[in-house]
Amino acid sequence: MAVIRDVIPQLELFQPANADDALALLAEHGSDAWVYAGGLDTLDWFKDRVKRPRVVVDLGGIESLREIRSTADGIEIGAMARLIEVINHAEVRSQFPALAFAAQSAASPQIRNQGTIGGNISQDTRCWYYRDGWTCYRAGGNICYASPPTAMNREHCILGASRCVAVNPSDTAPVLVALGAEMVVRRGSAERVVAAEDYFVGPEIDIERMTVLEPGDLLTSIRIPSTWAGARVYFEKIRDRDTWDFPLVNVATALRESGGTIEDARVVVNGVAPTPVRLTAVEDAIRGQARNEQTAERAGSIAIQGVAPLTHNGFKVNLMKNLVKRSIRDEPMTV
Amino acid sequence: MADYKLLGKNYQLPDLYAKVTGRSKYAEDHRAEGMVFCKLLVSPMPHARVVSVDTSRAEALPGFAGLLTADELPEVEAPGESALTNEPRYEGEPILAVAAVDEQTASLAIELIDIVLEPLEFVLDPLDSLRPGGPNARSDGNTMVSRELTEVKWTEADMAGLAPGEIPMEGAVGAEWEYGDLAAGFADADVVLEEHSYFQSLSHQPLESRTTMAYWEGGKLFVYPSVQSTARSVGPMARYAGIEPSDVVLINEFTGGGFGSKISGYVQAQIPILLSKKIGKPVMMRVTRRDETSFGRARPGVQARIKLGMRRDGRITAIDIHAIGDGGPYGRSGDHMNVGGMGSLAYQPLSMRMRGTGVYTNTPPRGAQRGPGGVQSMTMLEPLIAKAAKQLQLDLVEVHKTNAAEGQARFGAPGRDGTQGNVSSAFVREAIDTGAELFNWTERVQRSGQRNGTKLTGVGMAVSTYAAGASGVDGLFVLKPDGRLYIKSGIGNLGTGSTFDMMRAAAEGMDMPWEQCEVAWGDSSQNLPWSCSQGGSSTTHAHTRANWAAVLDARQKLQEIAARDLGGSASDYEVGGERVYRRGNRSQGLSFARAAQRAIDLGGTYDGHELPEDINGMTTASATALAGQGLMGVAKDNFEEGGRRMSFVAGFAEVTVDIETGEIKLIDYAAGCDVGTVIHPRTFAAQVFGGAIQGFSVALSQKWVYDRRWGLLVAKRFYNNRPPGILDVPHEQPMKWGASELPDPFNPLGAKGVGEAAQGAGSGAVVVAIADALGEQDGNFFRSPVTRDMILTQLEQAPTGHDRLTAHV
Repeated sequence: MAVIRDVIPQLELFQPANADDALALLAEHGSDAWVYAGGLDTLDWFKDRVKRPRVVVDLGGIESLREIRSTADGIEIGAMARLIEVINHAEVRSQFPALAFAAQSAASPQIRNQGTIGGNISQDTRCWYYRDGWTCYRAGGNICYASPPTAMNREHCILGASRCVAVNPSDTAPVLVALGAEMVVRRGSAERVVAAEDYFVGPEIDIERMTVLEPGDLLTSIRIPSTWAGARVYFEKIRDRDTWDFPLVNVATALRESGGTIEDARVVVNGVAPTPVRLTAVEDAIRGQARNEQTAERAGSIAIQGVAPLTHNGFKVNLMKNLVKRSIRDEPMTV
Repeated sequence: MADYKLLGKNYQLPDLYAKVTGRSKYAEDHRAEGMVFCKLLVSPMPHARVVSVDTSRAEALPGFAGLLTADELPEVEAPGESALTNEPRYEGEPILAVAAVDEQTASLAIELIDIVLEPLEFVLDPLDSLRPGGPNARSDGNTMVSRELTEVKWTEADMAGLAPGEIPMEGAVGAEWEYGDLAAGFADADVVLEEHSYFQSLSHQPLESRTTMAYWEGGKLFVYPSVQSTARSVGPMARYAGIEPSDVVLINEFTGGGFGSKISGYVQAQIPILLSKKIGKPVMMRVTRRDETSFGRARPGVQARIKLGMRRDGRITAIDIHAIGDGGPYGRSGDHMNVGGMGSLAYQPLSMRMRGTGVYTNTPPRGAQRGPGGVQSMTMLEPLIAKAAKQLQLDLVEVHKTNAAEGQARFGAPGRDGTQGNVSSAFVREAIDTGAELFNWTERVQRSGQRNGTKLTGVGMAVSTYAAGASGVDGLFVLKPDGRLYIKSGIGNLGTGSTFDMMRAAAEGMDMPWEQCEVAWGDSSQNLPWSCSQGGSSTTHAHTRANWAAVLDARQKLQEIAARDLGGSASDYEVGGERVYRRGNRSQGLSFARAAQRAIDLGGTYDGHELPEDINGMTTASATALAGQGLMGVAKDNFEEGGRRMSFVAGFAEVTVDIETGEIKLIDYAAGCDVGTVIHPRTFAAQVFGGAIQGFSVALSQKWVYDRRWGLLVAKRFYNNRPPGILDVPHEQPMKWGASELPDPFNPLGAKGVGEAAQGAGSGAVVVAIADALGEQDGNFFRSPVTRDMILTQLEQAPTGHDRLTAHV
């Protein structure tokens, strides 16, 4: 069979008007169904004819999934809220400015107008072999094309590889992990709540998916507790160009200090492993320490313990070290 | 600058409303009765032979309309490129085409084709092919020497003592030239530097791909391509179709860019042309972004070893270059040799040797891209000049002025008689001064190497040059009895504005209000004149000349008509204010409308029934069709040439580099230009800034990445091959341009083009600024683009994972 790309194959499109109908469709079609949110990840796959689901469930018409609302303990963001809506939301900006800043760092203005927060955290990896239809582990094959010495892996992982060396490309995910967010997942009429930290799945658990979502599951919202509201949360993303680019590495550090001493911290990096990585060793090392250059420096050094770079991505080690350092040393940037 | 009414003034381009309202029709917007769509089966391998193809299941698919294979195309002599092939030499090369009622069906039909390919040896990196015993991208050789497809290989002796990724300076080459006394030049130098330098291959990536629709009617081919030139594309389309140019109707009113990749056609247009002929239906071939990345052309990468000598006073005494061009699998590129050609003009070294080989690789076909060879030259040579200047503690602006071309400067390879060619004019020092003032160089240069937190500031500049004009084409317009001027433009409308801007020369010369002028363009059935290619920044110079020639012709005719009707001799009359009138007495004369009617009455040369003998056949045919409609201005540009028309742009850049993240931020950019008379400031600025932005792309982000084991491009999408977008342009302060406005003496209006030279100024200035920020030890990459990883790797002295010249990593 000859291969052709760049033409979306025919598929059956459903556009449910509420979450119950969407869940019913997902239950009915199981692994034949594809959940379509903003379409930015999806349409690439379809256009290349690499992923060819039989049924597509478009969530675009479900207004209830798009709401951003205050809760008794923080804020709840509908999975279908557009990134631009997250960026512009007054409470997000005042309580969790790092989330707005991270969302603003994602992609391009056009994509932020269309892309959703649920899609941004649940998106597939951008490994260029996998995306181009190479039959690798992640695509159900039995090889990784990105890890041999002749392979091009500048943008691949330095941590957490397990046969697959692809990275999670989300900009909002590390912030949500740092903020201790929870993901609300529905399946039929059942609802479960998953800590953001546990939402992401590495290849050692399941090499063919990036999150806990299984066929029939639907991420409906993200709850951010008030734990870190108004706290010092630092986000920074390094990318090759400003127009539309995924992170080479990004960092999100939530930090609470009292009298110059770090009381508590959550430090998360992304773009370095198949999932966002919470650096608990760094958190432990800086808790109770003065927030200064020395502590920041030490945090960076601890962050990179155990990294295993590939042929072309050794720079990510330094970048991760420096970003963790900056996240403790420097003042947070905002939108 | 002369006191013009129209030239040098901003105005609204006539196609603006159509563009902003979406009414402009690009190739894929066209439809024809019974039209079908074609899709391409392309090679999944870098080099292969088609062993067998079974299309029976595809042909049985409802909606299938036909197919075209390589066997049905005329044979092309090696190393030429065929539209379809049974021996694909790069990933993505079209093997066969299928037509069907819609793209869905055509795509399904392709998936139903059983094709067996035998993989063949491939080469991605030219250096691999030159090394002793290295593989060849083509079974018939790895390079062209003179007109022969042959093989160039270095010997084991050449390679002895070289580190991986180094070029043997005296190793075999395909071509070479030299002038001056190189040995004496290096002996006289106070600093001699020798470096290896890598310049990446770059896809053109115009926003509109080369989509083409074609059908046949009444024995004529109607083709709707996406090309840069209008008049100059008729011939190639006729050739693809195997018919005479007079049987081609080419319609292409709007083109979404080309950057040299669509100058006068592209062989893939042959697919819908021949498929529609075969099946008797209009065929639309929409070229996808992925296809455009595969066969939409690319600038050849260059790997070079460069030796440069500079005297204490800043004068460059000698440059010695051995450059390897990454040529893709077809044709022949001179980009790598032009590194020397353009360098010799921009920096006027006292002596120079240029040696090089263009090597075939199994990567996409190459073509001319904005300043071909020039951009490579500025990007690769400027960092050496800056490094030498730094070692001699010289100011970069002063060094460039010391080495600046002046007047009818000579440059490049000497001819058979030993003399070099010359330019028509060069006012480089004035351009440098203009740019330096805009940029405030004297103050800015103090910031060189300054550290603010983790950020280092760097400033840089570059002088760039490239071709800026052709000559010898025709001007054609008709002044009709309605008193309006109908100007014919055969240039091509790819977004630069020159289709219209250059017609303003005709209006200016006729002293005609622009509102009274109508421009016909973009449709070969609209009786267009023979024009120069819309490429190589040719049109500004060429068509101000051609239209001025037509103006002189029309004015003479007007004066003769007035003398006939009102007495006296032609020279007693002058033209102005939409009248021809007796000198000193405006009331005694004829209105343009009246004169146009009189031209029709008189016939002969006046209304185009008799035509000059030296105009091109295409102009003759067009003028013949227009004869009898009014007073015709028609002439070939026979003005003196004076040398090669070259423009010069001095680019200035400030960057910051964050030593913790490798982030490079372009803070400011300014350009000073020697382009003669500026015809339209707004489109001029668009060229200077657009060119600079493409230069930033070279310096900062765009590249291919190939898997070396499988020979396949992994960086296929924009987000991983990274051309810049508008957010990558300095936005804290606007970019600035200025022109010295010194007219080229060999153009009646003093004009030269600008688009080409603008890019090397951008890339050169930015790579020099990056090096300046990081300092001599860490900043000299001699490799483009300079990316975050390179900076971090360099600062940590970590391994890069590849040799200094390795291609496509």
